[in-house]
Amino acid sequence: MRSDPAGLFAGFKSRAEAVSAEVRRFATRTEALGFVLSFLREEGVADAPDCFAVWADCPFLRRCDRAALGREVPGLRFDVTPETAAAARVGISQMEWAAARTGTLVEDATRVEQRLVSSLPPIHVALIPTSGLVDDLAAAFGRVDPRRAAFLAAITGPSRTADIERVLTIGVHGPRRLIVVFIDDLEGAPA
Amino acid sequence: MRDEFAGSLARALANPNLTGALTRFSETYRISRAQAYEGIDFAALRRQIAGIKGQAAGRLPELAARFRENAEALGAQVFLATNPQQAREYVLAVARRGGVRKVVKSKSMASEELHLNPFLEQAGLEVTETDLGEWIIQLAGQRPSHMVLPAIHLTREEVADLFRQEAGERLSSDIPRLVATARARLRQRFLNADLGITGANVAVAETGSLVLVTNEGNARLVATLPRIHLAIVGLEKLVGQFEEIYPILTALPRSATSQLLTSYVSVISGAAQNSDGSPKELHIVLLDNRRTEMAADPQFRTALQCIRCASCLNVCPVYRLVGGHVFGKVYTGGIGVILTAWFDALKQAGDIQSLCIQCGQCVEFCPAEIPIPDLILELRRRLTEQTPPPLVERAIFQVVNQRRLFHGLLRAASLAQKPVAKDGFIRHLPWFLSNLTDGRSLPAIAKEPFRDVFPRLAQRPGREKAALYAGCLIDFVYPETGAAMVKVLNHAGLEAVFPEGQTCCGAPARSSGADAVAAQNAIDNIEALLEPEVRYIVSGCPTCTVALQRAFRHVLEQTGRHDWLGRAAEVAAKTVDFSTLASRLAAEGRLEFPPGAAAGSPVTYHDSCHLKRTLHAEGPPREMLRQSGHELVEMYEADSCCGMGGSYLAKHPEISKAILARKLAHLEAAGTGRVATDCPGCVLQMRGGLDQRQANIQVKHTAEWLAKSLDVDKDG
Ligand code: SF4
Repeated sequence: MRSDPAGLFAGFKSRAEAVSAEVRRFATRTEALGFVLSFLREEGVADAPDCFAVWADCPFLRRCDRAALGREVPGLRFDVTPETAAAARVGISQMEWAAARTGTLVEDATRVEQRLVSSLPPIHVALIPTSGLVDDLAAAFGRVDPRRAAFLAAITGPSRTADIERVLTIGVHGPRRLIVVFIDDLEGAPA
Repeated sequence: MRDEFAGSLARALANPNLTGALTRFSETYRISRAQAYEGIDFAALRRQIAGIKGQAAGRLPELAARFRENAEALGAQVFLATNPQQAREYVLAVARRGGVRKVVKSKSMASEELHLNPFLEQAGLEVTETDLGEWIIQLAGQRPSHMVLPAIHLTREEVADLFRQEAGERLSSDIPRLVATARARLRQRFLNADLGITGANVAVAETGSLVLVTNEGNARLVATLPRIHLAIVGLEKLVGQFEEIYPILTALPRSATSQLLTSYVSVISGAAQNSDGSPKELHIVLLDNRRTEMAADPQFRTALQCIRCASCLNVCPVYRLVGGHVFGKVYTGGIGVILTAWFDALKQAGDIQSLCIQCGQCVEFCPAEIPIPDLILELRRRLTEQTPPPLVERAIFQVVNQRRLFHGLLRAASLAQKPVAKDGFIRHLPWFLSNLTDGRSLPAIAKEPFRDVFPRLAQRPGREKAALYAGCLIDFVYPETGAAMVKVLNHAGLEAVFPEGQTCCGAPARSSGADAVAAQNAIDNIEALLEPEVRYIVSGCPTCTVALQRAFRHVLEQTGRHDWLGRAAEVAAKTVDFSTLASRLAAEGRLEFPPGAAAGSPVTYHDSCHLKRTLHAEGPPREMLRQSGHELVEMYEADSCCGMGGSYLAKHPEISKAILARKLAHLEAAGTGRVATDCPGCVLQMRGGLDQRQANIQVKHTAEWLAKSLDVDKDG
């Protein structure tokens, strides 16, 4: 496939699912948007505390009509602060790279909103251009100079702990669900 | 102090929750870790990590200076703290200047080394640990018992109790509910804190970056939400280049939690913005606390390679019995002993260092190639220099050195026990060994030592000669093992000789830190063993083999006896363990067993620690047992220690006994009725335990099983 010439998607999917992430893939942005909006509705996103969804500014969003989206799903907000993110049920952000070997998403998370929407709400929806697939973490980090990115983040599955009797429990401080949405026609970051 | 230690040890051994949890973990850990490492060349990976970290340890001041320059160029403020007090005061000054009242922390062992929490709390700050395990520990008012799983010693019921006190409501002990409670309670703390304190798993000099690895996601919140972020980083976390983080990120999650990667890896390079658009105040405290001094010590520098994965704890047969509250201080397990001796004080490691049984399991697993048991031995030596061992211990070494006297005393003890001796075992010894017999019978001392038996053994003359090195146990307790070795070697055309002047290999003295005694042992043996013209020096005891091959030279160097090093090397070159020599002779076609020997009878093999992990000779004995007509049945954890550990038996009989119990259960489960091993110490330990259980299992040295197979012709 053109957006995944190295055929890395299958590997990413199996690794990410092995650590309890959910992985979806869509050919177009329109389809992906349709999925996201219906997902938000299903999850009961509404204009009430603890029911918001927060969507951090990103290339995907810049081509959407935010006001229209907000009308379609009340409670979907684009003003990301610690307070709104902490009161949200779903956080949405765009990631840049996906490392197939470990099922890891990688982003330059220097903008604080990126981190807030992916750490505070119980559900994180991560949008990712399929062309952002790379082999491993080193290949992903290798795309950025850390001296130009104050905060590089790699995320592999939802938040987890085994601190009580070594029983694996998902969703401690970060999200308990991570939904990775690959989009074939979404442009990635320049290589 | 001693009594306190003995008390905590006894309590730990009597705590089934603790021992059960740690033992189950140690069992599943090996399996899940192996899966996580599938497709990875561990040997190459750890060589790489040892190279990176070893190099870095060699230039800490330079890396610290570069890190500082690069991080400060990106807006961080870097402070180099020489000692804990400076570090604590810096943190408090940052807090005071920033008007901080509430602090959230993610896991940082360096901050524990500083005892930072009580210090900040005394200054009126509210400090909350946010790693779930660390928070539990904080609520319990304890210290972590494991470097990766701080609360592994607590049950869900105990956690529920702690949370109930904290939350003021009744809670079920359902784990997901408990985790949800922690999430809710800690969320407010994150949002209200003004200062976030983290550690770092790696610090990169070239880019001024901190790398943080977590699963819960608390470190990214601690670093993101409060206005001020302060990271406390031990100097040993420094590496030179950014690429050097990858081998560490490959090994750390696999070794620590059997994951390919943790849920979150954050790389922080300089100050980002806060959510209100203000620049983040970022402080990085580089903590020395004797690390540069340690780096200058040629032996201990390697300990700075540690990446804090805790696999050395997970595979340690002692740790899994007693846990980190006994075995360790701030840092736990074997590496914890070493770090305590440096970061705290050598004296502080006094009791805990004795817990190391020197089995070497940890070395096999350490992703940083740290020779933990060797370093502990070296600590022992340095401690002995400071405080000589008690008189009675020294007296024992003196006696051990005088073989005839030693034997005489042992014989006297043996005879005195005549009435209660049964089937070759002594139930209770009155002498200094008396506390050793609980759960383990001591062997009867042989009527005649091997040295007296040897001249009467019939041998065919051979072209080549091999000098037998018997060691104390074969000489005085198991002369039949020596006779079996002679028989097998002679069958293969070697003529065995027994140099009379040989003496104790010095291992007992060395493992107690008495190097001067050990050096004299080495010299006496070298003189004796180099005397006859022999091709091989053969030992049936792996501990002795290691002494002859390596420890002689080490101890001679340590004690400045350089004039003996050449001859020690000659001895080393000729020394070989019995099974390895037998398999060589078999490969040359010189050692063959009669067809139908042993009739395929099943035998299970116990790896002695030194044969497997120091000499790496686990293959030859197994191969020879098969060739001698046995069916080899592997037992569970064949290579886990039997609890003998030489003088360990005398120091920690309770631990030794508990380790043995586990071994015996595995022997029984193998169902072979026959056990082979290459170490007379293991034979002693296992036979003693089986005797007390009245189990009908024969434990013999491999040489004896082989010799028996050679007899088959005569037996018909
Ligand atoms: S000493 Fe080795 S095994 Fe132990 S924690 Fe350090 S790196 Fe891990």
